[in-house]
Amino acid sequence: MNDSQGVRHVFLRSGVYADSVRLMQVSREIGARDGVSAVLVAMATPLNLELAAGMGLAPDGEAKPDQLLIALTATDDAELTAAVAAVEAALAHRERSGDVQTIPARTIGAGLADATDPALAIISVPGPYAAAEAADAIAAGRSVLVFSDGVPVEQEIALKQAAHEAGVLVMGPDCGTAIVSGVALGFANVVRPGPVGLVAASGTGAQQVSCLLDAAGVGVSHVLGVGGRDLSEAVGGLATLDALAALDADPSTERVLLVSKPPAAAVAARVREAADRLSVPVRSAVLSVESPDLTAAVEALLGDLGVAVPEWPSRPGTADAVPPGAVLKGFYSGGTLADEAMLIAAPVLGDIRSNTPLRPELDLGTDLRAAGSVVVDFGDDALTVGRAHPMIDPTLRLEAIAALAAGGEPAVLLLDVVLGHGADPDPAASLGPALQAAGLPTVVALVGTEGDPQGWSRQADALAEAGAAVFASNATATRYALSLIGDGHE
Amino acid sequence: MSDPLGGLLAAPPSIVAAGVEVFSTALRQQGVAVTDVDWRPPGFGDPEDLAQLALDPRRAAANRVAVERVLAAGSVLVDVRPAREVLDLPDRTLLHSGPPLTWETASGPMRGALMGAAVFEGWATDPDDAERVLAAGEISLDPCHHHRTVGPMAGVTSPSMWMWCLQDPASGGQAWCNLNEGLGKVLRMGAFNEEVQTRLAWMRDVLGPVLSAAVRSRPEPLDVKAILAQMLQMGDEGHNRNRAGSLMALRELSPSIVAVDAPSSDIAEVLRFIGGNEHFYLNLGMPTAKLAMDAARGVPGSTMVTVLSRNGTEFGIQTAGTGDRWFTGPANTPVGLFLGDYGPEDANPDIGDSAIMEAYGVGGFSMAAAPAIVRFVGGSVPDALATTERMYQLTLTENPAMQIPIMGFRGSPTGIDVLKVARTGWLPQINTGMAGRVAGTGQVGAGLVQPPQQCFEQALAALAEESRAAV
Repeated sequence: MNDSQGVRHVFLRSGVYADSVRLMQVSREIGARDGVSAVLVAMATPLNLELAAGMGLAPDGEAKPDQLLIALTATDDAELTAAVAAVEAALAHRERSGDVQTIPARTIGAGLADATDPALAIISVPGPYAAAEAADAIAAGRSVLVFSDGVPVEQEIALKQAAHEAGVLVMGPDCGTAIVSGVALGFANVVRPGPVGLVAASGTGAQQVSCLLDAAGVGVSHVLGVGGRDLSEAVGGLATLDALAALDADPSTERVLLVSKPPAAAVAARVREAADRLSVPVRSAVLSVESPDLTAAVEALLGDLGVAVPEWPSRPGTADAVPPGAVLKGFYSGGTLADEAMLIAAPVLGDIRSNTPLRPELDLGTDLRAAGSVVVDFGDDALTVGRAHPMIDPTLRLEAIAALAAGGEPAVLLLDVVLGHGADPDPAASLGPALQAAGLPTVVALVGTEGDPQGWSRQADALAEAGAAVFASNATATRYALSLIGDGHE
Repeated sequence: MSDPLGGLLAAPPSIVAAGVEVFSTALRQQGVAVTDVDWRPPGFGDPEDLAQLALDPRRAAANRVAVERVLAAGSVLVDVRPAREVLDLPDRTLLHSGPPLTWETASGPMRGALMGAAVFEGWATDPDDAERVLAAGEISLDPCHHHRTVGPMAGVTSPSMWMWCLQDPASGGQAWCNLNEGLGKVLRMGAFNEEVQTRLAWMRDVLGPVLSAAVRSRPEPLDVKAILAQMLQMGDEGHNRNRAGSLMALRELSPSIVAVDAPSSDIAEVLRFIGGNEHFYLNLGMPTAKLAMDAARGVPGSTMVTVLSRNGTEFGIQTAGTGDRWFTGPANTPVGLFLGDYGPEDANPDIGDSAIMEAYGVGGFSMAAAPAIVRFVGGSVPDALATTERMYQLTLTENPAMQIPIMGFRGSPTGIDVLKVARTGWLPQINTGMAGRVAGTGQVGAGLVQPPQQCFEQALAALAEESRAAV
């Protein structure tokens, strides 16, 4: 059939049925061919016959709804033949059913839907978005660890209240360290299992305490981080109280140690009161002017357990010649360890300036290279913007050591090196050569265990090789550094 | 307390992690089972609004109440009556689909349907006269949703049209919808010619009275929800595909229809009309969904969507926590396949109250039940499954009454959560018919569409504002 618009093919087939969706799809596919100007492949229902008529493609004779209408117009016979063949091929085509796509969960709520219990959520999304994810976990009846910082304190309070009601725990925000039933989360050490449960508002404090216990042959049941703000007036120890209650009910926990920087006084009293009501004995390792020493708290706990206090591991240094008038330069990666060093050193050296000072008037501001005795916390939020934590990336601290050596101010260098999961896999590899190049009298508080991926002894030997005196206890290290300065004074 | 923190201290936990990968890597090195969430910043919404709602202590309980009401709602067919008897409408009022609109903002098919209805009611002598009367504001327009009514496509409902009258035995709630006209040149698609008028008159004079008598003569009211549940097992998704449902409705109604005291030629014509209309059930399914979603209306603190609806110009949504307030944005144009030689340029933007099906968790949300539907956009069976999988992440619950065989008989994803829409950045998936953009055209195709994000942005902000005021 020829006409001015080209060649037409209008054909009715019986005994063929296809879904109307399939047929519309075929029509579209054929209609997209260059040589085809109009196409209708459809069951010959009254509606479709009307459409065909409107397109000038009405079939001759009687059509029944169970017949398949194949109607098209093409530019010439060759195109028409090809198009009709394409219609047949498209109708015969059978789609292969592929593998079912799995849609990854986009929220903690969706992720927890299929989780096996016990399950724990961990959240390290940007702070402004962390609350919604944490709320999902609480709603699902699961505890949650929030690494994220920058979570508004009102949100922290709301989360912790909701968690309390749900009988779960919010660890954090800004909680970097936890060990739950042997699973190390964030920055945590490989410590033996045992009877001591830690509740920690301080990450590196918890690491120091758990490592010393491990060195004494005493293991931990759990380390429950609560976030640095938990014992503030605003938050009121919500998570600390819940964590204490949980450890009290945990059959594997026989003693509890509460590790914290100085809490708000009213909160400390409330926590103490709650702790006294528990059946499990609770001891505090809370840093303050009166109790400046985490190691002493561990030793007291060992006494409670009837365990002899060991000689804490150490390596002697080669620093025998400290120049007179030397000052203390404490370059820390752990905030609590820096605080402990300042609390121990201040009575000997007088006020110590810092970027995280004990009192506001001692603030170094931005001048980290100020003269005199100084303790710098390189892990402070202001110094970690846009870069990894100094436990992972040593660059900033290594630069400061080189600058100190070049500046020529007589000094004893006091450092912490924190091992364990999440930390630099071999800190001595970069620090050793830097110390050797600097040639300064150096004391290192090496926080870790033999079981850590880095190995305490391996790191200690390498650092001692570089000339540093190495101590497992930060308090001991600080006192040793002070003794070196004292020697220089004599 | 023997099992503190839900057993967390008793055995090594499995971990579900959102955020920085390094933490998960360290856990895997310890041999811990870690599931990484594919987290990304929310698709929209002020972070403080999101946190406000996430932490609203009313939310969990409010959403639970909303969801329980949706799931508890039933739907039985109790009557068929003229709209003038069931809807308390002022004189010269026409109902339409979607959020409120005016003649000036109405799209082609909406205008066509309004004109056709004005002629049908005798309020205008012909389409030109109807256009004049409507443009002069002599006929009031009001959304179906404001009258416990829903209407597919233009949804234009006038006093002489017969209405399905459905009731929720659980809450006693009622909902209404007019009778489906079939496909092609039909009023709801914006056609208004003689053929449309003739069919509407026949529906008024024959179909409506026969159905009314048949429904009233049944010993038990028809369980419309049960049909919807069965359809999902038979390849229908209840919005764009209603074949099994239409046949089941016909099967249930035909004994009573045949027994109606009417000329056998009328009975035959009624049966032929119903049997020839693959979407006959849609107008029963929609008020079923409407009953369930209306049951969840007015639950302060709930972030669940109760209405998804379009008027051909705008898309509007409502939530359980914000009552009757509309949140609107410009309607998108569906993507899909076209009848005859119609093409994308002939399609009107999204129109119809029928997206109530998606609000109820069927339609696009149960795409996996009807894989044929994804082929509208050249998709495959896995795409259909993936769509439903995604919708599970947008919704609050699974409806145990509406099971999807291929998903292992999982309940349909039900109760869209505005907060989850924002957090996942995924918009609800809607299956829909397409009306011609020029008044009088009728249907041009069918396909898939999503609401504009603006609706959800406004709803989120309003819910957060309400939350701040209340908490």
